[in-house]
Order: sequence, then structure tokens, then C-alpha cells
Amino acid sequence: MDFSYSEEQQMLQDSIAKFVQNDYDFDSRMKLVKSDLGYSEANWKLFAELGWLMVPFSEADGGLGGSAADLMVVMEEFGKGIVIEPFLATTVLGGGLVAAVGNDTQKAELIGGIMEGNLQMAFAYAEPQSRYNLADVATTATKDGDSYRLSGHKAVVLNGAAADVIAVSARTSGSQMDAEGISLFLVDPKSDGVRLKTYRTQDGGRAAEVHLDNVTVSADQLLGAEGQALPVMNQVLNRAILSICSEAVGAMEVSYKKTVEYTKTRVQFGVPIAKFQALQHRMADMFIEHQQAKSIVLMAAMKLDQGGAEADKAVSAMKSRIGKAARKIGQESIQIHGGIGVTEELDVGHYFKRLTMIELLFGNGDFHTQRFAKL
Amino acid sequence: MNVDFSAEELAFQEEVRQFLKEKLPADIAEKARKGLHFEKEDFVTWQKILAEKGWAAVNWPVEYGGTGWTSTQKYIWSNECAKVGAPGVIPFGMSMVAPVIYGFGNEEQKKRFLPDILNSNVWWCQGYSEPNAGSDLASLKTTATRDGDEYVVNGTKTWTTLGQYADWIFCLVRTGGSDAKNQEAISFLLIDMTTPGITVSPIYMLDERREVNEVHFDNVRVPVANLIGEEGKGWTYAKVLLTHERTGIARVAQSKMALQSVKALATETNDFGRPLLENPAFAQKVAELEIDLLALEYTELRTLAAVSTGKAPGPESSILKIKGTEIAQAIDELKMEIAGYYALPFLDEQFDINFDGEWVGPGSAANTAPTYFNNRKTSIYGGSNEVQKNIICKAVLGL
Repeated sequence: MDFSYSEEQQMLQDSIAKFVQNDYDFDSRMKLVKSDLGYSEANWKLFAELGWLMVPFSEADGGLGGSAADLMVVMEEFGKGIVIEPFLATTVLGGGLVAAVGNDTQKAELIGGIMEGNLQMAFAYAEPQSRYNLADVATTATKDGDSYRLSGHKAVVLNGAAADVIAVSARTSGSQMDAEGISLFLVDPKSDGVRLKTYRTQDGGRAAEVHLDNVTVSADQLLGAEGQALPVMNQVLNRAILSICSEAVGAMEVSYKKTVEYTKTRVQFGVPIAKFQALQHRMADMFIEHQQAKSIVLMAAMKLDQGGAEADKAVSAMKSRIGKAARKIGQESIQIHGGIGVTEELDVGHYFKRLTMIELLFGNGDFHTQRFAKL
Repeated sequence: MNVDFSAEELAFQEEVRQFLKEKLPADIAEKARKGLHFEKEDFVTWQKILAEKGWAAVNWPVEYGGTGWTSTQKYIWSNECAKVGAPGVIPFGMSMVAPVIYGFGNEEQKKRFLPDILNSNVWWCQGYSEPNAGSDLASLKTTATRDGDEYVVNGTKTWTTLGQYADWIFCLVRTGGSDAKNQEAISFLLIDMTTPGITVSPIYMLDERREVNEVHFDNVRVPVANLIGEEGKGWTYAKVLLTHERTGIARVAQSKMALQSVKALATETNDFGRPLLENPAFAQKVAELEIDLLALEYTELRTLAAVSTGKAPGPESSILKIKGTEIAQAIDELKMEIAGYYALPFLDEQFDINFDGEWVGPGSAANTAPTYFNNRKTSIYGGSNEVQKNIICKAVLGL
């Protein structure tokens, strides 16, 4: 049994930690949140130069191996700075789909572009009515000679505004909630018939509503086998869930530590409020929640790397537990900070916002608890 | 023992319903229905309508323009207002400073200030908390130094809600020198916000809206005539205010309405082909909240009944504050949970009445997260829930 990081993982962790520490302070992040693009292109280039964008991909695809454990290391460090650069959407979601089922041409072009830092991607799977059901796809792809015509509305597409290529799930056969008959297409958002409504998200990121109106997509933009996309989507979303849960672990660590530090300096009734046992026990609970969260993410990362049938169950266990921990640590960090905690000017509130949104992404706690029970 | 309304009370309920139906302006009702932002004018307009009817000052003594309602009537009133989403009366003038003025002010002060509060001609704000005096309010450091017929005020007040609109501020200040910890040196002072030396700087909340402010006083000269009661008694006045008329703090009526809307929304929300409300995990959370709220409602009714027999509400109001905020915050979470992915978009402008762009998400889904974030304040302000528990420990449990 060995939970220690490999030398490569240690170096990766150190280099990201150094970046977050030195180049990603709260004020810099807030400027990016409010900028036109919503993230820093310079940072993105730096991620490419340092090889971080190669982490999620296998050596066969030109990457650094692509293990779930490596991904965990990266995302946990990003979580400590609540980094908003679209690593998740581009490399884990978009890039993950291409790596899983793309043909050689698609891989060379897209994965190559991602790793060089020249290509942004997004994955449009959710729809206004679908909630957490991946198979609920009303968007249609109708065969028309050698091409397809896509129509439908994709909801809350992360990184939709900046994406050069959007992977879209659409139904090529079957009825709206069938597991079979869902296909993936690589859509250029500049194509005729694509309309984006872009916006900021509550946690400082960017997303878009993607409206498709009879968009012509050629057959070579089909990603993977026609009608067989659901298992691939599930597999890629498992890795996305691992990513945001790892990010949450990093964000929770910062949240509880900042709270502890604050209570040592905030004086009320003549003493630092850290002296109050009522608060001490609550901070001990925050620490326990963080440790439990870290443990279950490690468990899930290892199960994902082993592959096999247990992966889904491990991922649901992780997401369910992380949701509870994130809620508890997020809420307590605000409450113990008091008034300053609910203001825009303090970083702790922004960790809270991100933790809150992580609970809602890719299936909330109830969804994953119920999935765990059924598997 | 009996909680039924009498025939007179039922008639009163009907009168209230009729009044709200006829008098609540359509644009305000629309904002309430759609979860849009209220503006200053909405509060002022509504309060003037209430004043005209004689229903603005629910808790004031009749001689100053109060309603003279029984506690049951007040209960009916707040329920019916919550049902239609009528904006609450902004409390700073009506429920915070006015009771201090009619309770401890002199005749001239009553004549000068109360009618403008009643008729919503003057907007008040609260100057209690300071950057280093939060839960430990008595450690406040703002000073008022006597100079002839004036006090010279220096210091900083914070968390001043809607202070950007305020014409006047009521402050707790230190008149007996700047020695900390001395509650007998705290006085209650009314200050015109247009006095030279006052600057107001905004504080933005987690929903990015300007709701609170810091108010800085730099050699602000205030007439001695603006002192309420005696020097050094301000802490006593403020405390009397804090334990009186805290009914409504439980927000039972509002939470009931919010739970109803949770049920309606969860019925319309698709969850794997079924209404979300039929998901056992979700249904369980709704039921538990309803039960918790039912208990709180009866706790509030017990408190009202005690008040109507002449007992001042004591530490019971701490229960109302703690449970009321916890339940309301849990309902905010449920609304966000219903919104699912559509809780993510940040679209503040969408909730202005003049918005005419492309609407994102069902109903007010995109407002659920900002509401949840913002309302974390409710367990912090007005004496944090931790302070409320300290009160219970001290006053009830004898610890």
C-alpha cells in the first residue's frame, strides 16, 4: 500500500503550487473574472509550456500518461487558487472525448492543438429539460447525404464562448431518453446556424447557451461511432467529476485554513475568537470533512485508473461525499468569518461560490447517492 | 387553548386581502412574482400607500400613528403580505429608530422625526457595527466629543444597509471619552447624512450588489438637540429595542410561501422523466423543512400569545432568529437545487424590470444562487446566531 506521489507527480504538484502562489493572487484572479475573455491567454500559454495541458492525455496521444491520479494532483492545486482557466472544459471534457473515440486525424488535430495551447474546446451535452440525465437528448442530428443537420438547444455549456470546437451530443435515432442513438459531433461555433448566448457563471467562469438551427456538419465531424456515444460520455464525465472533486479538495483546504487563521487574528470580547470552544469544534469538523474528502477522492482516482465496473460506483461515492463536505466547509467558512465573509472583497466567499457550483455540476449529491445505491 | 380565528379576525383577514388586491401597485406585484429587484422607489411608494391607509406602523402605539392591532391581526397582516410578495416596510426608520424616539426621545424629537418616518419622507439607516465591533458591539470606538451646543463625531460605521439612500443615520457613539468596554459611555445620536464630513463608501456583497456601506465620520458636527435621552444611556435604549417587537424575525409567512413555490417548481422540473418532487430524496428534504417550519410557526404563535398578555418577548426571540434563518437558508438551497445547471449563469441584469434581452433559464433559476449567497448574511446580522445562542445560554440555561 502506498499513497505517496511519484517523483513526477511531486514535481507537477510543486510547479502548479508555485504558479498559484506567485502568479494567481486573489486580485489578479478577480481582474480575469471581469475581463472580456474571462481568463488569461498568457496563463494558458504558460500551462502549455509547462506541459500541464499534456497531463490528461496518454503517451500514445503525445501526452504525459493521462492517469486519473495525475489529473487529481493538477486539479487539487488549481482548486487552491480557484483557477478559472478552462482546463476542465478543454482538456478533460472536449479533449477527453477526442482521446476516447476520436480517429487519428481528429486526435492529431485536436489533441495536438490542445496540448500546444492553441485550441479551446467545450462539451455541450446538457439541455434545458435534461437535468442530470445524460441520455435525455432532444437535439437532433438528421442524416442528409454525406452530412448531418443538427438542431436543438444545449444548456450551460462551460467555456462555450471561447471554444474553437464544441463537441455536441445529438440524437441520430431513437426517442428522447433512449440510451441508444446518441452521437457526438465536432461543431465549429462559427458555422451557419450556430448561435451562442454567453455569460459569466456564479463561480467566476464562463458558459453559454448553444442554439443549433439546422447546422450542417460533415460526416468526418462525427466523433466516434454513430448512435453509441452514451458510454463514452459517461466515461469522460467520470473523469470530469474526479477533476472537480479534486479541485474541491484544494478549495476546501484553503477555506478551512483561512478560517482558522482569521479566528486567530479577529478579536472580539477582548480575545481572539479562536479561543471560543464553540468555534474550535466547528473548525475541527471542517478539518475532518476535508480529510474525508481527500480520502474518497484518492479512492476514486485509483478505481478509475484500475478501470472496470467499479469506477461508476466509486465516482458516485466521491461526488456524494464531496458535495456534503463542500457545503459544510463553505457555509462554515462564511459564518465564522461573519460579515466580511459575505462580501465580494474577501477571497473566502469566492471559494464558497465555487464549492457551491461544484455540488450542482455533473449530478448533485442526491443524484450520485441514488446512483451509488443502484449500482 | 385555541388557534382558530374569530369572526372579527376572519373579517379583518378579508379586509386585508381586499386592500392588498386593490392597492399593491401592479409593477411591484410583478416584480415580486418574477423575483425581480426592488428599487428604493418601490419601497417608498408602497409605504406611502400603507401610511395613507394607516397601516404603515404596525407596531407603533396608536398615539403616534400605529395600528393598535392585536397580535393576531399582526400575524394575519404579515401572512397576507407574504402571500402576495408585498415589499416589507424598510425597518431602519419604522422598527428600529422610531421605537427609541417615541420611547426615550423628547416631545420635540417625536414631533420632528416620527411623522416623516411614518409617511416615508425620510430614509433612515443604522450606525451600530464598526470594523472592529461586530458581535462585540459594546467595544465600538466612534466618538462624539462635546463642543458647546454640538458633538464632534469621529469614527467609522459599517454594514450600513442601504445607507446609500439614507437621509439620516442613528448611531451608537462613545461620549465618555474613548475608553473601550464601558457601556455607560455609549450614547444614541441622530445624524443628518448631509452634514459635512460624512462619506459613504459601498461594500459589495457576494451577489455583486451594493447593499451595505461603510460610513465615515470626520469631525462631523451634530447639534446636541439630536441626542436621544441622556448621555451614556444609549446602550440601554438599543437593548430595549433589540428585545422588543422582534416578531416577524422568524419570517414564517415568507418561508411558507417560499416552500409552496419550491413545491410548485419541483413539480414542473423534470427528473428522469418524473417530477423532481417525486424523487424520494428531494421529497424528504421538503417534508422535513415543512415540519420544522410548522414547529417554528407554533413557537412564534406562543411568543405572540405571551406578548399579548403583556409579557415582553425575552430570549424566545433568539429561537425565532436562529430557526427562522436556518429554515429560510435551507429553502434557498432547495431552490438552487431545483435550478440545477441553471443556477450557474450569472445574469444580474436579467432581474431588472427593464431587461429586454434574451432570457436564460426557467423562471428565476439564475437568481437562486445569488439569493442563496446573499442570504448567508441572515445568520450573521442582527446578532449572529452564535450570539443568539450565547443569549440563551446566559438568560435561560443560567450558564
